[in-house]
Amino acid sequence: MSSYMENPSDVPPDAAGPLPDQTRGLSQGRLVLKRFFGHTAAIVSLVVLVLIVLLAISSIGLGPIPGWWKFGYTDIPPITNGGHPTLQLFPFSLGDHPFGQDRVGRDSFAMTMRGTQISLIITVLVGSTAALIGILVGALSGYFRGVVETILMRFTDMIIIIPILISASVIAYKAGNIGGFWLLGLFLGLVSWTGMARLVRGDFLTLREREFVDAARLAGASDRRIIFKHILPNAIGVITVNTTLLMSTAILLETALSYLGLGVQPPDTSLGRLISDNQAAFTTRPWLFWWPGVFIVAICLCINFVGDGLRDAFDPRQKKFSVRQMRRASRSEQRAALKVQAPSAGPTGTVGGGS
Amino acid sequence: MTSYLLRRLLASVLILLGASFIVYILIAYSGDPLQEYRASNLPNRAQLMEARSNLLNLDVPPVLRYFLWLGGAVKCVVPFAQCDLGSSIQGQPVTAALSSAIPSTLQLVTGAALLAITIGIAVGIVTALRQYSALDYSVTFIAFLFFSLPVFWVAVLLKEFGAIGFNDFLADPRFTTRTIVLVSLISGVVWTVILSGSWARRAITFAAAAVVTGGIMYYLSASDWFAYPGIGPEVLVVLGAGVAVAVTAIIAGLQNRRALYASLSMVVVGVVMMTVAAPLLNSVSLGLLLLLGVLAVGVGYLTGHLFGGYDPAQSRKAAGLTSFIVAVLVALDRVMQAWPTYYNNGRVHGRPIATIGSATPNLSGDFWVHAADKYGHLVLPTFALLLISLASYTRYSRSSMLEVMEQDYVRTARAKGLSERVVVVRHAFRNALIPLATVVAFDIGQLIGGAVITENVFSFKGMGTLFITGIKNVDPNPVMGVFVIVGITAVTFNLLADLAYSALDPRVRVRA
Repeated sequence: MSSYMENPSDVPPDAAGPLPDQTRGLSQGRLVLKRFFGHTAAIVSLVVLVLIVLLAISSIGLGPIPGWWKFGYTDIPPITNGGHPTLQLFPFSLGDHPFGQDRVGRDSFAMTMRGTQISLIITVLVGSTAALIGILVGALSGYFRGVVETILMRFTDMIIIIPILISASVIAYKAGNIGGFWLLGLFLGLVSWTGMARLVRGDFLTLREREFVDAARLAGASDRRIIFKHILPNAIGVITVNTTLLMSTAILLETALSYLGLGVQPPDTSLGRLISDNQAAFTTRPWLFWWPGVFIVAICLCINFVGDGLRDAFDPRQKKFSVRQMRRASRSEQRAALKVQAPSAGPTGTVGGGS
Repeated sequence: MTSYLLRRLLASVLILLGASFIVYILIAYSGDPLQEYRASNLPNRAQLMEARSNLLNLDVPPVLRYFLWLGGAVKCVVPFAQCDLGSSIQGQPVTAALSSAIPSTLQLVTGAALLAITIGIAVGIVTALRQYSALDYSVTFIAFLFFSLPVFWVAVLLKEFGAIGFNDFLADPRFTTRTIVLVSLISGVVWTVILSGSWARRAITFAAAAVVTGGIMYYLSASDWFAYPGIGPEVLVVLGAGVAVAVTAIIAGLQNRRALYASLSMVVVGVVMMTVAAPLLNSVSLGLLLLLGVLAVGVGYLTGHLFGGYDPAQSRKAAGLTSFIVAVLVALDRVMQAWPTYYNNGRVHGRPIATIGSATPNLSGDFWVHAADKYGHLVLPTFALLLISLASYTRYSRSSMLEVMEQDYVRTARAKGLSERVVVVRHAFRNALIPLATVVAFDIGQLIGGAVITENVFSFKGMGTLFITGIKNVDPNPVMGVFVIVGITAVTFNLLADLAYSALDPRVRVRA
């Protein structure tokens, strides 16, 4: 039954959900993609996230990319209309200062966009650095075991004990002061990899005992080849999901540090910094406070939902059970006069959960 | 077992040492403690620099300086030795600063952690039992939203609306008709989502919830309840009876009449105590109050035992828990009675919900006024902390419960005809709690870290403030002091979690 699949236990035959016929013959990647696209919340979140990124980059430009917005984040245009926001939804118009102006007249929209850019860049940096280190540490300790594992895991325990806010703020204060936000992102990645390392190690510990690893070893593959070509692709689910979650915590970490004055340093700005700068003016200029927060929540929420969608896509055991889909499936089966198998009412909802 | 414990303890100590070394070196190299003097042009600049250099041993390289610090810190665990965690950059001993900071942070974190664990687990279990219902989807969305909230942003909003807005409301505590109608409708929708069912049932739920909410709000508004809050014997009877029925329904099942009567009799005892023992509560200390709480549980246990029934253990538990909750309600009522006194106190200025600090300075009044003051200061920071850790508990307990409900032993329990309550409470719930032990242990350390931000927003003089000032001044000793406390807590809770794990789940054997 499993002869046509490369790794039988990766995708149990019943895992594809209520419509096994439509998924036969698809590759693992296709299956994941298909399931991910079936997750409405994740797709909506992905679209919103992409829109936010496009807006942040295109509006005020980044590096060589020119922006279409009339003000830069450091420009100080004269204050119009008391700095009130000019954003209108019906009829939609941005006006001169859609998110308002601050006390000296800087355009809040431009500043929020700049903050979003910086926060996003740091988030991506933290995510990739931490993922890289975590994968390496986890893979090495899970694959080699023995002394390597002991040393690496004790080291991980040591880092885990230090609450991330403590290690991050010590590092960030220094990094933010000397190297700007690039260094800040890199250094924050250096302290956030521990969870990833533990998860990857766990996956490697089980995967290394599997037949395909023995087969690869018998075929003469080197350790490096086994780790990166054979085992790592099988752990890609855990890695992808955890990376997204890592990024969602990273954006909260960065904004929190910047809020405390330990992260991004002026003249540059980030979403956390904007909130900390403007919280005193809450009663007079609430719009300065609202927008950066809304952007943090929106970005973080989107990343979380994408992560959730990815988890469902990679881990079909926790597949969403849709009553409507089940009914449709059973109806079409009946119509085709096939052998009718009533959908099991079990909480998993997958067909034949008990077989 | 002993050898396992010893090995784990030794490993924990080594990990702590390593981690403290890393933190120390990081801070030592994070900046120049003499920066403020280098930039200044004070005449006695050289002496000041020298004094600080001597104070912090700056002429010793950081790696060796760590061992100097360690030498002092080790004395804290050696009996009869003077505990020495060094002194801050201003010359204040860190031990003194810590001893005033720890209680403040502890109050904040304990309340938030207990509430988050209780509410989070309850919500998680309920959503797992109603998987893929409207309730489940809404809770999932709210949990993700809470995950994504920056705590400092929420804290500022809470200050704005929870403190300033609510205090303004208290000046004239009456709801407008519009508010009452709006809140009633919202409450109707929420209850409909929670209870669900057929359309007829939903309509009834909606109407009932809306009417009840509207009625309560009208009563609270008309009777000036917010100015003179209190529970009173009549309401205690109703609330207590509700608690007794709910507790019995969960622990023993309502068909176990003896357990129900035992619980209900505890409500009677509570009401009697409320009216008879009121003078006793007037001059009470915290110790006595805790003692009374323990006594209440004891009385409940005994009553349950005397009522007996076919399963005395169930009666004991139900009556004990009911008794405890009723006792808490009685104490709450007493705090509420002190509220007008607190509200009209000259120090409070009619702004009872504070936005900064952990207590009103120089507040005069008895124990209950101080309790009201504690409440006024702690409610918002605790709420902010609660929001962020609630989400993860909900998610973890939900997925843990879902996994357990699919196990074979749950199917067996159902197959042999046990009631759904017994299956859920006895067979599934207990096992679902096991993996949570690890989560809780891990979260405690993170929670203290998260308290750093909350303390900052609410100007708490706790460990967070100590820590942030330390980092900004490149002042290693206070930061190390905070880290030692947090690190020891984290290590201890991890160890406890591992031990609890093997105690709760016999399949997990410690490698003795």
